[in-house]
Amino acid sequence: MTVFLLRRLLQAGGVVLVMSLLVFVGVFAIGDPVEILISPEADQIERERAVKALGLDLPLWQQYLVFLGKALQGDLGRSFVFNEPALQLILQRMPATLELALGATLAALVIGLPLGLYAGLRPHSPVSRGIMATSILGFSLPTFWVGLMLIMVFAVQLGWLPSTGRGETVEILGTRWSFLTRDGLAHMAMPALNLALFKISLVIRLTRAGVRETMLMDYVKFARAKGLSPSRVTFVHVFKNILIPVVTVVGLEFGGTIAFSVVTESVFAWPGMGKLIIDSINVLDRPVMVAYLMIIVLLFITINLLVDITYSVLDPRVRLEGKS
Amino acid sequence: MSLPAVAAPGGPTLEVRNLRTHFFTRAGVVKAVDDVSFTVERGKVMGLVGESGSGKTVTGFSIIGLVDPPGRITGGQVLFQGTDLASLSEAEMRNLRGNRIAMIFQDPMMTLNPVLRIDTQMIETVQAHARVSREEARQRARDALGQVGIPSPDERLRAYPHQFSGGMRQRVAIAIALLHKPELIIADEPTTALDVTIQGQILAEAQKLCAQFGTALIWITHDLSVVAGLADDIAVMYAGKVVESGEVGAVLDAPLHPYTAGLIGSVPSRNRRGAPLSQIPGMTPSLLNLPAGCAFRARCPRAESRCAEPPPFAEYLPGRHARCIHPYIEEAVRA
Ligand SMILES: Nc1ncnc2c1ncn2[C@@H]1O[C@H](COP(=O)(O)OP(=O)(O)OP(=O)(O)O)[C@@H](O)[C@H]1O
Ligand code: SF4
Ligand SMILES: [Mg+2]
Repeated sequence: MTVFLLRRLLQAGGVVLVMSLLVFVGVFAIGDPVEILISPEADQIERERAVKALGLDLPLWQQYLVFLGKALQGDLGRSFVFNEPALQLILQRMPATLELALGATLAALVIGLPLGLYAGLRPHSPVSRGIMATSILGFSLPTFWVGLMLIMVFAVQLGWLPSTGRGETVEILGTRWSFLTRDGLAHMAMPALNLALFKISLVIRLTRAGVRETMLMDYVKFARAKGLSPSRVTFVHVFKNILIPVVTVVGLEFGGTIAFSVVTESVFAWPGMGKLIIDSINVLDRPVMVAYLMIIVLLFITINLLVDITYSVLDPRVRLEGKS
Repeated sequence: MSLPAVAAPGGPTLEVRNLRTHFFTRAGVVKAVDDVSFTVERGKVMGLVGESGSGKTVTGFSIIGLVDPPGRITGGQVLFQGTDLASLSEAEMRNLRGNRIAMIFQDPMMTLNPVLRIDTQMIETVQAHARVSREEARQRARDALGQVGIPSPDERLRAYPHQFSGGMRQRVAIAIALLHKPELIIADEPTTALDVTIQGQILAEAQKLCAQFGTALIWITHDLSVVAGLADDIAVMYAGKVVESGEVGAVLDAPLHPYTAGLIGSVPSRNRRGAPLSQIPGMTPSLLNLPAGCAFRARCPRAESRCAEPPPFAEYLPGRHARCIHPYIEEAVRA
């Protein structure tokens, strides 16, 4: 296990380094922030001073080395716009995005697993066919459109749920969370559901396929031959086996959910990282973009590692050892 | 829950009468089991033999009521200690399964759930049929593992199936079958996947069990030498039907049915060393839409025009049935 972790950390370091280079060059290629940041009335001298202050006069490779050196000390640069450390800006907004993504994942499991299980156990019933047909909608409807529809129906027409913002929050360990207040939960409901839509369909399909496949296995028949009750066969023998692929996919999807929350956060004006990055791209706030992308890379790496560990807990056949 | 005590004390443990199990597939009706009859007495071993696809496993599943769609039992009776199992509710059947009738599956690599520990899979079986504490159940599980010769059972209980070899897994499956000292065990080729020494140990174990507890045993195999050493009676299946049955020594010495004779001729044996092995010519027929008449007739050396009619399953000699209109009677009488 230790060897496994060490090796994974080394790999992760390599990936981060390569990604930082790609991100830096990529962001550089998008456009020149000078045009946006410096007022057109500024004269040549003021202009040069500003460019120098931002470090934009150096050649690209030097800018990268400066960035790298500072990054190693935990400094990902200062936002051109807010004049605050980029990392701090993003971390301030991270809890909002995290709780939204976690809420969506939870909703996907709570809704998707039972529906998928039912559809897998009774594949030919009309209800199952209905579930499967609906899940296709979940895959194919565009997120932003569904988000707008949700707002139209539940906020505008029915007035049941608020359409923007995080609502009331509670501070824990210096960060603010919405899910602990009634008002916060009400604000979270629609964006979380919107973000969960694709995942719900995914979980339904994975669960159904897993159940149908597992039901045919000899060990399920053997469990029945032992005289176990149908509920024990379903919830212990079948369910535990299908959890493995479902957890893997949902876990790996988590990074994607965070990245995808850009759309949902914009539609519902949810003040998370996704909204910040969209605003930053609009004004070409390079340090924030770079910091955001680096954090996403780190998140993906961490999630992959966690999924591997969870996987080994669920599936005894997987050993996390240093063996090749 | 106990069965109504209709069974006469001396009656057979299991009587299968004209059992039919068909699979209604898109391609047509597969008559996997089509008129199977045999009897298993208390404490006796019945060898059920036949080549691959002859319907042995489906027969076993039909007895414990685990035929899944598109399959269905379409006829006949399964009498367990005199009770027709078709008359029992699903809950009553569940009470029999794993408790009074146990089955050991063909492939030990696939029988145990890969994500559950051995103790979980054994304790749940104990607790499905006996109101005992977890501790007591674990105790019984450990004893059963010891009984089938698994060393350090305490430690092995905490292991997962993938940590066992195929032979050890089959022993675990056998231990699970033994947990409630069932009256009937259906063992579906339990030793095919094992090497010869372990096979011998398990066969000896099985015989001991029958003698000790009066357990009736159906031993499914296509290995005639196993049947010769272990079984009291034999039933030979071909294309979903029992084509010959009787006491094992008599049948193997002088078979009535040409198919049985062919099977025996294709087994290597010590006293015929050097002699060429004979083979049954031709192929096993597809069970899909079998024509009427004897299913063996395309491969039979004694086939004649009358064989196009379905031959009856008749008792040609005392205790010896065959499904053939032209059996080797004289040879059997002379033997
Ligand atoms: N679910 C099913 N659907 C359709 N046909 C089936 C199904 N299960 C079994 N059969 C058919 O029933 C027949 C008998 O199968 P069975 O498994 O009983 O054979 P067997 O004698 O046990 O063979 P083996 O020695 O290979 O185990 C086969 O022809 C098989 O194709
Ligand atoms: S009935 Fe005819 S074809 Fe069938 S086994 Fe007997 S002799 Fe052969
Ligand atoms: Mg079989």
